[in-house]
Amino acid sequence: MTRRPSARFGAFLAVLLLLFLSMLADARRLAPPRQQEQAARAALVQQLGLSDLALFTEARYTRHLSLADLHSPFQDHPLALDHFPSGSVVPPPPARLPHYAPLDRETTLPD
Amino acid sequence: MRPWIEKQRYLIDYTLAALARRKARNLGLLAVYALLVFMLASVSLFGQALRQEAAAVLADSPEVILQRLVAGRHDLIPPGYLEKIGRIRGVQHQQGRLWGYYYDPVSKANYTLLVPAAEAPAPGHLRLGATLARERGLQAGQPLSLRSYGGKLFTFTVDEVLPASSELISADLVLLGEADFRAFFDYPAGHYTDIALSVANPQEVRNVAAKLSAALPDARPILREEMRRTYASLLDWREGIALALLAAALLAFAILAWEKASGLSADERREIGILKAIGWETGDVLRMKLWEGLLISFSAFLLGLVGAYVHVFHFGARLFEPVLKGWAVLYPRFTLVPQLDGLQLFTLFFFTVVPYTAAVLVPIWRAAIIDPDAAMRG
Repeated sequence: MTRRPSARFGAFLAVLLLLFLSMLADARRLAPPRQQEQAARAALVQQLGLSDLALFTEARYTRHLSLADLHSPFQDHPLALDHFPSGSVVPPPPARLPHYAPLDRETTLPD
Repeated sequence: MRPWIEKQRYLIDYTLAALARRKARNLGLLAVYALLVFMLASVSLFGQALRQEAAAVLADSPEVILQRLVAGRHDLIPPGYLEKIGRIRGVQHQQGRLWGYYYDPVSKANYTLLVPAAEAPAPGHLRLGATLARERGLQAGQPLSLRSYGGKLFTFTVDEVLPASSELISADLVLLGEADFRAFFDYPAGHYTDIALSVANPQEVRNVAAKLSAALPDARPILREEMRRTYASLLDWREGIALALLAAALLAFAILAWEKASGLSADERREIGILKAIGWETGDVLRMKLWEGLLISFSAFLLGLVGAYVHVFHFGARLFEPVLKGWAVLYPRFTLVPQLDGLQLFTLFFFTVVPYTAAVLVPIWRAAIIDPDAAMRG
């Protein structure tokens, strides 16, 4: 006797749901050891007095993003494009924006 | 209840048989759909885990970092600054920091040279970040020669390579002693790169920062809260590449829905006509199509989500590496703590399953309410 399509699809869906549940279980299993590693990283940050993640080492203003200002990426001239690709992943430090952002909106370009 | 379930099963049987008639097209659709969910879920899971990582890891970074600006640029802290800061009420502890950048022509990478406040390496010795050590093929006990900006060659002994699990914060770090740092960069005595401060009462940090700005007008205080906020928008959906990906995904989705909405084929139209002619009601046709939308989108959602989880938390989000690495030579290998919160999963589910199911229904409803005879004639 051939099985009905709904039964076959039900089995397929059950496999997918099982994968989904395994994903949740795996997240629970992985969390404690990785949290320990995270705590070790936090301790190193405290010990060395670090301020940033070493995620973008290509430019100094992306390496220490929180210590940069809005002018750093545009040193050549005010309308220059950001040289480095990581500028498309991470925005400028939000704390700097209120000081600088109004300027570019209030300034008019000469003809 | 039982007859209702039986009826739905028959509808599903029919739907699956109809899908199987156009197997290649529907399998292709499932694959593209699952890929779309995979991409969106990967960005979402990776972004959230990375933001959480930054918040947890930078929780104990310096409370305030004070930079000095000259003509709009970061400048060295001159002697006497530390004493002036010490006289400001509320400042508990102040420490001059020594750090700088070095471009290594051998590996074509930028390093961050830093003098640790405590347990600094002995003169002639240094400790290295694991990414840098891997890139240069170095191990503890081996020598590392660096040519300073003054042209002089310095040879150090690698004391230790920092643990690989700390690469995310120490990829390009070179830790060395104060005397070596000053000699290497020809740094003027008594000068520092910037100052790290701690404040007696954490509630007073903003007041202390205001006092610092008033007492030292050329100084710029950067608060820990600002450092952490900087990373709160990393890979945020409103920013840069994530927005571009989201826009592309939405566009793909719109095309998919448009294809469904306008491209109801003559075959499908005829099929609906025949079903209605043999006695199906409009509601049955709609229910059948609703099942079709749900079966495809739910399967694609589960496949895409599980794939994204494995990609982000087991393969270190390899597909994003070229984007994050940019032009850098040093890129850390890191694992993130899995973060799966209900709201995030529900948002993904809502924005991927519901629009498709709805997009399928509208054209079918339009076809299902016309006369069967007209539908069959096409």
